[in-house]
Amino acid sequence: MSNDKIGLTLKIWRQPCSHSKGKFETFHVNNISSDMSFLEMLDVLNEHLTLGGKQPVAFDHDCREGICGMCGAVVNGQAHGPEKGTTLCQLHMRHFRNGDTLVIEPFRARAFKVERDLVVNRSPLDKIIQAGGYVSVNTGGAPDGNGVPVAQDTAEQAMDAAACIGCGACVAACPNGSAMLFVGAKVSQLVLLPQGYPERAGRALNMVAEMDELGFGNCGNERECEAVCPKSISIRNIARLNREFFKAALFG
Amino acid sequence: MGTLSKIILSSIGKKSIMAVSGIMLGLFLLVHALGNCTTFFGREAFNSYASHLHSLGCLILFFEVGLVVIFLTHIVLGCMTWWQNKRARPHSYEVYRSSGGRTMGSKTMPYTGIIILFFLFVHLQNFHFTDHSREISAIVKGVLIQPFYAIFYSIAMLALALHISHGFWSMLQSLGINHPKYNSIMQRGTLSLCVVMVAVFVLIPALTLLWPGFLL
Ligand code: HEM
Ligand code: FES
Repeated sequence: MSNDKIGLTLKIWRQPCSHSKGKFETFHVNNISSDMSFLEMLDVLNEHLTLGGKQPVAFDHDCREGICGMCGAVVNGQAHGPEKGTTLCQLHMRHFRNGDTLVIEPFRARAFKVERDLVVNRSPLDKIIQAGGYVSVNTGGAPDGNGVPVAQDTAEQAMDAAACIGCGACVAACPNGSAMLFVGAKVSQLVLLPQGYPERAGRALNMVAEMDELGFGNCGNERECEAVCPKSISIRNIARLNREFFKAALFG
Repeated sequence: MGTLSKIILSSIGKKSIMAVSGIMLGLFLLVHALGNCTTFFGREAFNSYASHLHSLGCLILFFEVGLVVIFLTHIVLGCMTWWQNKRARPHSYEVYRSSGGRTMGSKTMPYTGIIILFFLFVHLQNFHFTDHSREISAIVKGVLIQPFYAIFYSIAMLALALHISHGFWSMLQSLGINHPKYNSIMQRGTLSLCVVMVAVFVLIPALTLLWPGFLL
């Protein structure tokens, strides 16, 4: 199967800029190696477009190894495509069959403006992070290696939450356009560790307020977010965010 | 806006109040279902249960007013979240495909909610705002022996089943209750509760329609 070549029909969202009206455009690509990643397939398309004097399809990407969170589009109705726990850059063309039609759309939410084609502005997620404020870090001499004990299990949970790369697929996949998995992960990674613990009340309240302010929807516990998350982050983090919010609202 | 109203109207605030009102509505359903089980023990058991209930007087009024307030809270917040969630994605996807998170119940929450509300009006019209000179078993039988009503009641109860099949689990998550140790039992427990309660509610119209000896 390693040097299979496939041909595909691509229906891609084209939109010149954020305030123009977009539409779908259909392309055909042939001789796509099944070893290619999805983004490499788009590179091939873009080479053809450029050689033909046409505008290439704009899409975000950076590391192309699934760790930076820049890439992302909705492929046939699923954020980052059909593979579980995989970013678009790590999705390989062997998961598609010769002759398939792929509909490729940008992540859609009121808070995410389409800048061009598949590129959306995800800076609202950064605004939520900003609203979260600071963490206190003691200066001075280096602390003792094991001076602050953190249980292994707690460290694991913080690490699982910190795996979030902020790609925004949770928002894109949520039927309600909610950012709760993102905020849940960010609040969790800090509240579980001594470094973020003291500021936890303000952080939970402010991040949720900012998230609502920016026009993200209300979580309906539909669980689509954890199903598409390339880092498989659990909605347990949303439950933890809910608890943090109640504690902060009632006693914080 | 004051701090309190800001917190209540925040996304998590609204969902937690929906969850608490949902628990209360669920408790009401449970008591209602238990009470309705008396129909399975015959006409006399049912009538005596009803007359005992009515003899509570003031207490009944208190619970009725409470229920109306709880329903209104639940419905108003439900409509608010529905409206806001629609606005959160003004441009919908050309192709949408679930990645496996949603269920029939979670997909249809607002719609099943509206069906329950509509059912509620018909239900109250049938049994509450009616001539109470006859005994209650005769009133119930008079309505549910009509195929139209028996089928309508059954369909409405299936909508309720869908609503609470997601709702009972969802309210636990909304209240922050999620732990790998208990998730499986919580999911199975809430679903079983939903099935048992709805079975009681569907059995009554079904038995009335199909078994002439029921409530005689
Ligand atoms: C006996 C009747 C009812 C019961 C037991 C019930 C129970 C529940 C529960 C437990 C939830 C989950 C709350 C959460 O996740 O926090 C829920 C959600 C919901 N309910 Fe009800 N409900 C009832 C009637 C209604 C009615 C009459 C309506 C509307 C007309 C309604 C509309 C909704 C909506 C829209 C949601 C979803 C909210 C969201 O996910 O954002 N419900 N219900
Ligand atoms: S490009 Fe970095 S995660 Fe895909």
